[in-house]
Amino acid sequence: MSDGPSTTTQLPAQSAPVDPAATEAAGGRAATPGSAGRLSWWHGDGGEGARRNLALIGVLVVLFVIGAATRSDLYSNPDWVWANMLIILKLASVAGVVTVGMTFVIIGGGIDLSVGAIVALAGVWSTTVATQSFGAGGMIFTAIVVGLAVGLVNGTLIAYGRLVPFIATLAMLVAARGLAAEISDKQTQISQNTTINGIASTNLLGIPLLVYILAAVVAAGWVLLNRTTFGRRTVAVGGNPEAARLAGIDVKRHTLMLYGLSGLCCGIAAIMLTAQATSAQAGMANLYELDAIAAVIIGGTLLSGGRGTIIGSLLGVIIFATITNLFAINGLSVEAQNMVKGGIIVAAVLIQQVQFGTLSQFFRRNRLTTG
Amino acid sequence: MTQHSRDMSRRRLLFGGAAVGAGVLLAGCTSNEKQTPTEAQTKAADGGGNAEPGKQVTIGFSAPAESHGWIAAITNNAKAQAAAYSDVQLKSVEAGADAAAQRAALSTLIAERPDVIVLLPFDGKELNSFGLEAMKAGIPVVNLDRAFPDAKAYRLQIKGDNYGMGVAAATFIVEQLKAKNVSNPVIAEIAGMDELELTQERTQGFNDTLAQNGLKVANRRAARFTIDSGQQETSQLLQALPKIDAIWNHDDDQGIGVLAAINQANRNEFFMVGGAGSKKAMEDIKADNTVLKATVTYSPSMASSAISLARLIGQGRGMSDLVELQVPKEIILASETITKENASDYLKLGF
Repeated sequence: MSDGPSTTTQLPAQSAPVDPAATEAAGGRAATPGSAGRLSWWHGDGGEGARRNLALIGVLVVLFVIGAATRSDLYSNPDWVWANMLIILKLASVAGVVTVGMTFVIIGGGIDLSVGAIVALAGVWSTTVATQSFGAGGMIFTAIVVGLAVGLVNGTLIAYGRLVPFIATLAMLVAARGLAAEISDKQTQISQNTTINGIASTNLLGIPLLVYILAAVVAAGWVLLNRTTFGRRTVAVGGNPEAARLAGIDVKRHTLMLYGLSGLCCGIAAIMLTAQATSAQAGMANLYELDAIAAVIIGGTLLSGGRGTIIGSLLGVIIFATITNLFAINGLSVEAQNMVKGGIIVAAVLIQQVQFGTLSQFFRRNRLTTG
Repeated sequence: MTQHSRDMSRRRLLFGGAAVGAGVLLAGCTSNEKQTPTEAQTKAADGGGNAEPGKQVTIGFSAPAESHGWIAAITNNAKAQAAAYSDVQLKSVEAGADAAAQRAALSTLIAERPDVIVLLPFDGKELNSFGLEAMKAGIPVVNLDRAFPDAKAYRLQIKGDNYGMGVAAATFIVEQLKAKNVSNPVIAEIAGMDELELTQERTQGFNDTLAQNGLKVANRRAARFTIDSGQQETSQLLQALPKIDAIWNHDDDQGIGVLAAINQANRNEFFMVGGAGSKKAMEDIKADNTVLKATVTYSPSMASSAISLARLIGQGRGMSDLVELQVPKEIILASETITKENASDYLKLGF
């Protein structure tokens, strides 16, 4: 920070309107107009998320180049490349929706280990014979209400029951899968509803409906986090709950709403996943919680809360989907794919620590410590 | 202020009422009456030598608590078969979520000293020591489907033929491709959980048989025996291979997701062979309106047979059609190929 050259270059994003609600958030990212003159937006706090996201896009470009180099026969066909991008986005759609909810919970200083189980429970509940008799509307309603309700139970236990989020959601992980197995009698429930199943096979203007749903949820999440009081409060609660409480935020109620939001996202994801698989079972969405947490982390969100971006999480999900796709088109094993996934998590976090703006500083510091 | 609080309470009342209403509605939605209940696969006592009631036998039973159609059918079949005998009492223990939990559940079972234990272990290798312990305690163990490496750990082993499934699937695919005169066919494979030995055996049988005919698998993805993993892996596989001639999917339950992915990708230039023999798969094969043209069986009816044989072991009797005075030590079910022609005959064995 100290050696930052006093550039006066004005970057476009600097002119973004300052939300009045921002003043309420005690721990919010304080990119006050006053400091803008001395530090460029790019090197300042406000640009940090953008820098991280650029690194993630770099990873995606590298993955694309590897794909093009290893399967040049397929990549030489532009139609195939376009179709493949849509396949990757479709693969990322369900996990992406879950990850948006997870991003809010983690920025708010919590964690939700029960997301996969909630998706399974909402999916199973919405595909029982009784629910299916209400048609597509009944199934969507059921999935969303079940997801929201389970999320609110999590939130109540954490906010008012004072359970550690890790424990409360771990308990819910076990319990929700148990209930799902009980409801489904451990059987696979086939969705007979053509409207629901059609969600996964419908294209609008050549782009799958699932991708639009993902885009809508991401856009809503972005607006909610960056342009509303709710978002500012989330950052404040995650950054310093005590300060947030002193600033007049009802921390408990806000925590409750965050887990409700995560559950709601799981409900939406459950319908998407049911549509894709044309069925639901208690074992589905297995380990989604770990995929979602990993995507949030490589997306640059602090696991301790108080900072994070929706776009970064989305890029994290897309990177994982791209790796899966890359291994599939090369006919490589799933085991190798999982090892690379682990490596990518570590690498992405390491790359982000070496920020572009401070690259020279990084090298200088290293030279000092070694020499 | 009072106006405000009254508004608040009215809003709360409305909200609370809506929440309760939704809760009642949703609770009703858990009802899951099947339109066509799946029949359990039992063998009625048909008046042979083995059917005559013998001494009372208590059979302990344990199978994993996985949410999978095949596993659910195993447990249902065992219970139904035991209920069909007047001289059998079944003590079923939930196996929990992994091998360690199953071991814990089984140790309580040993303490109850049943006459025979029928066990579908999470993993034969991991539960081998339990088999040895029970046998040492004088309780005969019937291993259902997932073999113990140690021959002393079981009295009877009854299992499906995983290698044979791969052979049967490859044989059907080779026949069809020859009949269609396809040169250089592209063959794809969607396996189940790769860490299970049974998946490796299936793939081995498939590859060996293809190799004998000068063919090989172009691309293989391993799913997790779940519908959503089947859908995801298949959509990636289809993207990797723009043109396919034949696919073998190891498991009909995950096959629901596999077929969904194929429909979503609008692909139909190939034919597919399934595995295990679910009711849904057999109906699809019979209707002949999907790419699924055959499935190779791995029938959960083995659980019914295991209970019947455990009863005979407990009573010290042999199988009445065989010369031997005792039940044999090892039975491996043959994997049969179900096509449009014979699907009706097998439909009652579908799960």
